[in-house]
Amino acid sequence: MGGWLRRAPGSLRGLRHLALGSPASAGRGYQLPHTDLTVTPEEHVDEETYYQLYPGHIPTSPLQKALLSAGSAFMALYNPYRHDMVAVLGETTGSSALRSLRDKMRHDPEGYQILQERPRIRLSTLDVTGLRGLSDGTFGREYVRFLDSNRVSPDTRMPVKFVDDEELAYVIQRYREVHDLMHTLLGMPTNMLGEVVVKWFEAIQTGLPMCILGAVFGPVRLNARKLQILTMELIPWAVQSGRNASCVLNFYYENRWEQTVESLREEIGILHPPAI
Amino acid sequence: MTKSLHFLPLSSCPKYMECPPHTCPVHLTQYPVFQQWPMPAAPEGMNRTVVILQVVLHKWIPESNSVFFWFAEAGFQLAGTEVSHDSELRYASAKFTPLPKMAASIGVAACRALHSRCRGKLLSIGRGLFSGARCLVAEGETNFGFQTVSEAEKGEKVYRVFESVAKKYDIMNDSMSLGIHRLWKDILLHQMNPYPGTQLLDVAGGTGDIAFRFINYVRSQWEHQIRQKLKSHQNLSWQEISKSYEEEELKLPGGSQVVVCDINKEMLKVGKQKAQHLGYSKGLSWVVGNAEELPFNDNKFDVYTIAFGIRNVTHIDQALQEAYRVLKPGGRFLCLEFSQVNNPIVSRLYDLYSFQVIPVLGEIIAGDWKSYQYLVESIRRFPAQEVFKAMIEDAGFLKVEYRNLTAGIVAIHSGFKL
Repeated sequence: MGGWLRRAPGSLRGLRHLALGSPASAGRGYQLPHTDLTVTPEEHVDEETYYQLYPGHIPTSPLQKALLSAGSAFMALYNPYRHDMVAVLGETTGSSALRSLRDKMRHDPEGYQILQERPRIRLSTLDVTGLRGLSDGTFGREYVRFLDSNRVSPDTRMPVKFVDDEELAYVIQRYREVHDLMHTLLGMPTNMLGEVVVKWFEAIQTGLPMCILGAVFGPVRLNARKLQILTMELIPWAVQSGRNASCVLNFYYENRWEQTVESLREEIGILHPPAI
Repeated sequence: MTKSLHFLPLSSCPKYMECPPHTCPVHLTQYPVFQQWPMPAAPEGMNRTVVILQVVLHKWIPESNSVFFWFAEAGFQLAGTEVSHDSELRYASAKFTPLPKMAASIGVAACRALHSRCRGKLLSIGRGLFSGARCLVAEGETNFGFQTVSEAEKGEKVYRVFESVAKKYDIMNDSMSLGIHRLWKDILLHQMNPYPGTQLLDVAGGTGDIAFRFINYVRSQWEHQIRQKLKSHQNLSWQEISKSYEEEELKLPGGSQVVVCDINKEMLKVGKQKAQHLGYSKGLSWVVGNAEELPFNDNKFDVYTIAFGIRNVTHIDQALQEAYRVLKPGGRFLCLEFSQVNNPIVSRLYDLYSFQVIPVLGEIIAGDWKSYQYLVESIRRFPAQEVFKAMIEDAGFLKVEYRNLTAGIVAIHSGFKL
C-alpha cells in the first residue's frame, strides 16, 4: 500500500500519507519512524505482513473507507445480487456497532466462550449427515432443511477484508455465519421478503448500519402485496422479537443442534413467527 | 566539482533512476546515462549507509560532497567491510572509480560522527530507499507491483490478474480514467497514421481497443482517399468503383490486416465477443502469444503496438527485441504506457487518486481490490520516459522519441527499425 514518493516536502506530509494510504490509526500495525527528509521511504516489501492483522485483511485509510461505504451502498442497491457489496458495506460502516456487540459478548459467559474459542460454521466443520439424522423439529435438522430447500451453503460467506481490528473481524464473521441460523430460527426463506424481515430483526439486535440500511431500503424492490404483508405483520413481529430477544451472538449454536427450535426460540426470546 | 567526486558507483545513487541524462544532483557531475544495463544489485551494508549520508547531507549542505572527497583522498581506513564480488566487478567497468572499501570506511567514520539515534533512523531509511527503488532487486527476481517475486512467478501472477479482470476490463478502464483512455488511444492512432495496406501487430491487445480503432482509421482513410479522387475529378479505377459499391467487403481496404496477440486467453475471448458485437470481422485475427517470444516470422509487420501491456511483461528487453525482429525494415514500434509525471502538483494528485480511489473502484465495480492495487503499483515500477527510451534504443530502434500525454501520466514511445 505504500509508495516510493520521490518528491514530497515535509510540509505536505499529511497529503502524502493520505496519498499513500497509511493504515488506520485504530490498527495495531507496525509504526514506521517518520522523518522530515525529502526522500521518505516506506517498507512496502514487508508491508503486507506488517499491516495485515489477519489473513485477508486489506488496510484502508479513512478516505478509502468512506468511498467504499458510499460505493458499496450504491452498488448493493443497483445490483442486489452483489452480496459482496453488502458485506463490504457492513465492514466499513460497522465499527462502533461491532464494538458494542463485542462488549455484549464479553459480558456474557457463553459469548465470552465464543470469543475465546472462535468457532467457525463451515461445511468442513459441520457434520451435515449427522444433523440430517436428527429428529424433526430439532434445531440442527431444521437448519439442514433450510440449507437444502433454499440451496445455500455456509461456505459462501465473504471473508472479512476491511475491519481494522482482528477481534472485531471475528465478530462480524460470526455475525455473517449466524445469519443463516437466524433464517432458521425466524422461519424465513431466502427470498427478498424473508431477507428483509431478517434484516429488520438484525438491525434491532446488532445496530449495524448495514442492517439498518438494508431494512429500510430493501422493501423498495418488493411488490405491493408483499409490501403489505411486510408492514402489517412481519415487521412489527420482527421488531418486537428483536427487542425482546437477548443478543443472538451470545449463543453457542454448535452445542445446541439437538435442542428443539421452539425451546431455542424461547430461550433467546424470539416470539412465535406469524403464518405468511 | 571534479569527476573524482564519483567515488561511488552511479547505480548506488538512489536518485539514479530519475536523473535526466546529463546531471546528477548528488554527484554534481556530468555523466552519460546508462553505462551499465541491467542494473546491478543495490549496495549492502556500509555502502548503503554512505550513500544515504551523502543524499541526506547533500540536501542540507551542498558542499558536503567535498567532505566525503576529503575522506576519500585521505585514505581514511577505519574498518573494512565485505562488498559483494560481482558489484566490485561491475563497478570496475564504470567510468568513475568507486572505492567500496573506502566508501565503507567513510561510512563508518561518518556514522561515528553522528548520533547513534540518527544512524538507526538513517539505516531504516536506507533499507526503505533500496527496497523501494525501481529495478534494484537481486538476480532472478523481479517486481510484481511493490512486491518482489521470482521471475517465473510474475508471469503467472500477472496472468491470474488479467484472467480475473477480463470481463470488467473495459468498464474499469472507463471508470478509472474517466473515459480519457479513449482519447489516449485515439492519439496513438493519429500518431501511427496508418494508410490502407498497413499490417499491424497489436501485442497485449486483449480486448481489441487499438485493433478496432485501427480498422476504423484505415476505413476512413480509404473513404477520404476516394473522396479526394472524386473531388479532383480523377478517374477512379474499376477496382475502386466496385469496392465503393460493394456492400460486403471481403477485406479491409488496401489489404490492411490486424493481428491481435495476447498471452491471456480470457482477454482474447472478451475481445472476440466485442468484435462480434461491434461488427468487426474482416482483416482481424486473434493469436495467443507471449510478447517475449512472438509466434511470428521475422520482418512481417509494418507497425507493432503495445498499449498498456509492456509493464506487465517480465523481461521488457526481450519483448523489445522481439518487436525489432518481427517488424519489417522501415517498420514502426509504438508503445502507449503509463509513465512518470513531471509536474509535482499533478504527481501528488495522481498518487492520491491512484492509491486511494482506484483500488476502491476495483472492489466496487469488479469485486477485486488486489488486482487494481497491483495495477497502480506496477505503474510506479515502470521505468521513466528517458530510461524506457534508452531501452528501446538498446533493442536497435532508431529515431526513438516519446511524447507525454496528460502531464506525463501516459507516454507514447515511438521508434523505427531502419
